[in-house]
Amino acid sequence: MKTTLNELKKGQAGIIVSYNGKSKLRKHLMEMGFVRGSDIEVKRTAPLGDPMEVKIKGYSISLRKEEAKNIEILIK
Amino acid sequence: MEKIKIALAGNPNVGKSTLFNQLTGMKQHVGNWPGKTVEKKEGNFKYKGNEIEVVDLPGNYSLTAYSVEEIVSRDYIVDENPDVIVNIVDAGNLERNLYLTVQMMELGANIVLALNMNKFADEKGFKINIKELSELLGIPVVKIEAVDKTGFNELLKTVLKVSKSPNNVQDRIEYGPELTEHIGQLENIVKENITTINAPASWTSLKLLEEDEEVLKKVEESENGQKILSKVKKIKRHLNDVFGDDVDASVTDARYGFIAGLLQESVEKPKIDKVTRSDLIDRVVTNKYLGIPIFLIIMWLTFQITFTVGAPFQDLIESGFSWLGATIGAYLGKGFLSSLIVDGIIGGVGGVAVFIPMIFLLFLMLSILEDSGYLARAAFVMDKVMHKLVGLHGKSFIPMILGFGCCVPGIMATRTLENEKDRFLTMLIVPFMSCSARLPVYALIIAAFFTAYQGWILFSIYMLGIVVAIIMATIFKKTLFKGMSAPFVMELPPYRRPTVKGALIHMWERGYLFIRKMGTIILALSIVIWVLSSLPVGVEYGSQESITGQVGTAISPILAPLGFGKWQASVAVIFGFLAKEVVVSTFGTIYGVGDDASEDNNGFIASIQELFTPLSAYAFMAFVLLYIPCLATISAIRRETNSWKWPLFSAGYTLVVAYVISLVIYQGGLLLGFT
Repeated sequence: MKTTLNELKKGQAGIIVSYNGKSKLRKHLMEMGFVRGSDIEVKRTAPLGDPMEVKIKGYSISLRKEEAKNIEILIK
Repeated sequence: MEKIKIALAGNPNVGKSTLFNQLTGMKQHVGNWPGKTVEKKEGNFKYKGNEIEVVDLPGNYSLTAYSVEEIVSRDYIVDENPDVIVNIVDAGNLERNLYLTVQMMELGANIVLALNMNKFADEKGFKINIKELSELLGIPVVKIEAVDKTGFNELLKTVLKVSKSPNNVQDRIEYGPELTEHIGQLENIVKENITTINAPASWTSLKLLEEDEEVLKKVEESENGQKILSKVKKIKRHLNDVFGDDVDASVTDARYGFIAGLLQESVEKPKIDKVTRSDLIDRVVTNKYLGIPIFLIIMWLTFQITFTVGAPFQDLIESGFSWLGATIGAYLGKGFLSSLIVDGIIGGVGGVAVFIPMIFLLFLMLSILEDSGYLARAAFVMDKVMHKLVGLHGKSFIPMILGFGCCVPGIMATRTLENEKDRFLTMLIVPFMSCSARLPVYALIIAAFFTAYQGWILFSIYMLGIVVAIIMATIFKKTLFKGMSAPFVMELPPYRRPTVKGALIHMWERGYLFIRKMGTIILALSIVIWVLSSLPVGVEYGSQESITGQVGTAISPILAPLGFGKWQASVAVIFGFLAKEVVVSTFGTIYGVGDDASEDNNGFIASIQELFTPLSAYAFMAFVLLYIPCLATISAIRRETNSWKWPLFSAGYTLVVAYVISLVIYQGGLLLGFT
């Protein structure tokens, strides 16, 4: 099932299908591992609902949901 | 003696500064990269008869033009051509760490890979075949533990060896047939035509395909640039069709593909992902219900520790300076020189020196929070508040909280913000957090006028600062810093125990900078103010007849609409620029109570009560809260922004804001019938 990263709930995992949009963050995050085919898992969201913490390429990184919207995920 | 120039490069949070500190000890120098606001750390040390110069490059994940730090690093590698680059990587996080390595290999850098944090990697269950890794990369790989200097000898031996016979690894990286072919095509054209870029032609070609802004600009400006760019466009279109994705994504993909292949051969991954200790801690610390309360408790603890531990030192310094002043005064008797030394130098510097213990302690706490990894969690938890309310960043929260203690560490803490505009905006707002230096002023006024509602009045002043900060941030976001929506991306490194040595070095670094840089400015201005208060010759120090007093009298009409248009208040405000608590001691000098200028002195209180009315006293407190950040803060802003533009702007606009708000309070109050 395909969805976007911001829709994933805590504990859900998937594979990155594509990183859409033209945000400034796109290239930076891709270089940090958000490439096609990478495994990604949602660890948690912050107490106030945003940002979210994900595990990718073996480390944890947090990003806002408005950015996560651009990342297409195939749920495992 | 042979001189070797090396640079340390690596991701953030891999122990790079630990390594730097271990190598250089106290022989390091902190400054700024020329023309930039990025901190530059250099140092040197000796090894086997060689003099080694080390530059600590900023922590980077990559070398694109995403941030100033990345540009600074790659410009350094390309233009300064260090003999060796020691690339520190987190052994438990190789995949992402090697991305930077690959980028540096593309630049033709001469690299030695230092594998750090091996204990954590072992715990996680990784098994790394160093020989295999080294062979596949074509670079020497050394295991180290930066915290206890394990492997340092081997590292340095390897560095020496490699400095004499550099690696050549540009062609190691496999991009796949399609990309390789087209990179090759571009490479030839670039080689023939581009002379302005020091990097290898293959790198330039790659960057052109990746749409790197800086490289595109340089190529555009050179001869035949347009020809090259149109060829680039053609290739990009072709590759787009082949890969079904943007070329830059494909290149990044290719790099990670290369890394993945390499790691598959040389590293055994753990079968299951063990739940780490950090994970368990985070389950509590960033928990939906506990996250914010825990954050508040930790902030409270930070301040408690700072003030409890710091108080005896502060008292010591205060008595020390008083004693010094009294002794020298007695020795020199009355007169010009005596006054210069006692009132001017000792008085002025002493007033600020009293805060040194607190500043050092705040820096210590800050570095412990940072090194332990908690700071990232704090930003994670508070980001939504900062973003929705002020359009800022989770990382801006800590500088503001620190500002409640003292603005100087607050300003310096803005370094954690990668985006320059965020940094500046935060720096402009931090001074509105009512620092502890303003407390004596409030205490005095409250004792004189508001004994009935002490707590509320104090609280209202603090809230006023916060509200004004939010309003100004919103205004700035719409004007000066328009369009800079700060993206929030932050690695959450595993929790680590901060080393005593590391924490102390950080504390000392920042604290010493404060003393040295700001000390000179504060001393200079103390003397200036002293001079103005002692002239014309023969006048009583700080009286209305002195130049300061005359200036005070001259400005008082301006302050009249605010309710305190008396020369004494004006003079206090002028002196308050040195350090806000000096407002109190200034009143003390004016009313002749000297050292006894506190809220316990009834005679003193009586004098104050004649100077203001309750309404004008409140307006005065608001003015002191908001007007010009103290001299130390201005110096800190100057240092962090590497220019006078921002500190001067900060001084100017806060003055305007203070005036307007006090005006509104006083005149508005009068209209409403208050006195």
